[in-house]
Amino acid sequence: MIRGIVRYVDTRSGGAPFVKKALRYVFPDHWSFLLGEVALYVFMLLVATGIYLTFFFDDSRSMTVYHGSYVPLHGASMSRAYESVVHLSFDVRAGLLMRQTHHWAADVFVAAIVMHLLRVLLTGAYRKPRDLTYIGGVTMLVLALLEGYLGYSMVDDLLSGMGLAIGYSVAMSLPLIGGKLAMLLWGGPYPGSPSFWPRMYIAHVLIIPILIGLVLSMHLLLVASRHHTQFKKSPRETERQVVGVPTFPGQAPRSLGLMFGTWGVLFLLGGLAQINPIWLWGPYHVGDATNGAQPDWYLGWLIGALRLVPSFDVVVGGYTLVPNPFWGGALFPLIVIGLLYLWPWLERKLSGDEAFHNLLERPRDNPRRTATVLALLVWVFLVFMAGSADRVYVFLGLSYSHQIWGYRAAVIVVPILTYFAARRVCRELLAGEVVQELHEQAKSEAVSGEVSA
Amino acid sequence: MSRAKDLLVSGVVLLLGRRGKPKFPAEHEQRIVEPGPPNRGAETVVLVLLVLVAAAAIAFMVIFSFERLAHQTQYLGLALGGAFVLLAAACVVIAHKLIVTEELQEPYPDLEHPQEIAEIDQIVDESGSRFTRKRLVRMAGLGAIGTLGLAMITPALSLGPAFATQKLKWTPWKRGRRLVDSEGRPLKATDVEEGSFYTAYPEGADRELIGSPLVVVRVPENELKSRHDWAPSGVVAFSKICTHAGCAISLYRKPTFAPVEPRPALVCPCHYSTFDPADGGKVIFGPAGRALPQLPLEVDGEGYLRAKGNFDEPIGPSWWGVRKGKAYSS
Repeated sequence: MIRGIVRYVDTRSGGAPFVKKALRYVFPDHWSFLLGEVALYVFMLLVATGIYLTFFFDDSRSMTVYHGSYVPLHGASMSRAYESVVHLSFDVRAGLLMRQTHHWAADVFVAAIVMHLLRVLLTGAYRKPRDLTYIGGVTMLVLALLEGYLGYSMVDDLLSGMGLAIGYSVAMSLPLIGGKLAMLLWGGPYPGSPSFWPRMYIAHVLIIPILIGLVLSMHLLLVASRHHTQFKKSPRETERQVVGVPTFPGQAPRSLGLMFGTWGVLFLLGGLAQINPIWLWGPYHVGDATNGAQPDWYLGWLIGALRLVPSFDVVVGGYTLVPNPFWGGALFPLIVIGLLYLWPWLERKLSGDEAFHNLLERPRDNPRRTATVLALLVWVFLVFMAGSADRVYVFLGLSYSHQIWGYRAAVIVVPILTYFAARRVCRELLAGEVVQELHEQAKSEAVSGEVSA
Repeated sequence: MSRAKDLLVSGVVLLLGRRGKPKFPAEHEQRIVEPGPPNRGAETVVLVLLVLVAAAAIAFMVIFSFERLAHQTQYLGLALGGAFVLLAAACVVIAHKLIVTEELQEPYPDLEHPQEIAEIDQIVDESGSRFTRKRLVRMAGLGAIGTLGLAMITPALSLGPAFATQKLKWTPWKRGRRLVDSEGRPLKATDVEEGSFYTAYPEGADRELIGSPLVVVRVPENELKSRHDWAPSGVVAFSKICTHAGCAISLYRKPTFAPVEPRPALVCPCHYSTFDPADGGKVIFGPAGRALPQLPLEVDGEGYLRAKGNFDEPIGPSWWGVRKGKAYSS
């Protein structure tokens, strides 16, 4: 049976040698190598649930009055986009399940990419010959952030509108060109021309997914052609020899298990855990906003950055050279993303290490790198936390302005402290290993001494 | 009786045996995948899990078929998510109990192919050997393609009026325009109570424009620090759009610490820019770089609030030209 199918395909494609090779492709085994796989499986589910949602979504911001089955919104004026999502949530069977699963999947997608990125950074997996693979990965992170932002913006609930207003202001804040760029993208002063919504929609469901798909294909192709990295677990793992489990039968059921498990958890979340209940936020109007507005987690670092900047615009000769949102909304993410893009190159320049690397380093093996990664992580994380200071004020009563001043100091001091602490810990761990080794060596010598005596 | 049973058993064995005959006799077999002992217990677990997957999938379809069912989303998610989790469990059992975990080793692919690299370089080099002014042709080629590329992206300028940034200063407010509430009812000065917060729109204009919404509050006249003639009996109006990031200012904070904050303040919920309504919308905390634009008010003979003109400066988030020129409405 199998032989018949393989023969059929092989005589028509000549693919049997390739398939044979692919089946015995070697996967080095470590749990952290699965984080990227999770992102891949979530992306597949995002495409599937997303296609379903397109069948019910209306991309228009023309206004209408609601008369659907959700009574509290009866008579409310809202855009057709928002109305179609409320309709999808209450009147389309399995509509809410698909929508919530899609939203959960988007949150998990970015989380999986970030975890994967941290693994790659902490183990030096991005080094030559995999720097191009890594740059593709960072590009997908940027695309995923943009994709998520557009996805929740086009629904046109109250939070969408507030997010778009902020995006518009950040675009406006770019020195010199900001006003022109915002007018170009939005098609007029905020909230923009009616064409803006269909454009956002086409970017979300076609342009950016295709870009992610293309970069993803390149990423996987490069991974396969250079093979996976590996940890040194035995003398058999070297820079020239890879050791691991074959795709089939060893790796296949594990990867499939991970894929089905990921989908299962996301469907469970989509069915059981409410996310983005837009009917509670209400429709967006330019004159409305809500308190306690929090974006999806992956934009929290930008909210925090926008909130931390003190009150000033840079004005030169009556022209506003740098409007305030530029610092937190544009410069801060540009620095972080720019650092990530330049990382492999910077490391090569600073360490002088031009060699290729198939063996990974454990975080402790490279104290300076590990310390830098953690300092960067702590920096971004503190800015992220600053974005929740208002919620901390509500729940714990800590003065908001005191918290902001605290964070302003912490984002400078704590990353530096983290750097030195992490470097110290790595060095101590390494020193501990040397002692351990000497100890064991002495022990075995003592034993062999007894035997020979 | 027992003979009949023997016959039956041997018959069944023969019948099943015919199908199960191995395709390759064991003695000729050169295995590729390493052998391992069977594990009937794990196989049974996998079988049970697969049956449960099918059951959960059927449950999903049954739940779906109801027209209206309380908690339908939850049941659907439970069934579908459950089916996938069970399938994942079956895969994990297969991976750990029923598949031999082989450990293969092989050399990493070559890092470089020096031969091919040299040949590609040579091919490209030799292909151009008939050109005598290579540099010039290359420059011309790059110039042509670059210009054509620019031409190709020029139509993107049709997306929006990029050079009409003057429009950013337009608002529907002009002298005599009445303030109405969200229901369209004209607002009287006496309607505005101290300590409370009102949203107003220009009568007869589109409310979805960034220049439309106002926030109106009453400040005790003796506390008003500036622009007394813009605030009839202490009623002041500001653009509701935050000068920081364009959100609607929808918080009116009570004084939290009297020596520093003697009066209520207008606060934007997005990034907590805080403005002083008694002092021309001056920024007292948060990231906003400009004061909140104020709309001069007057009261007509019937007591209704009317605009006395346009805002004192362009409204909304800052851009390059925000401090050049005034808001206009014509």
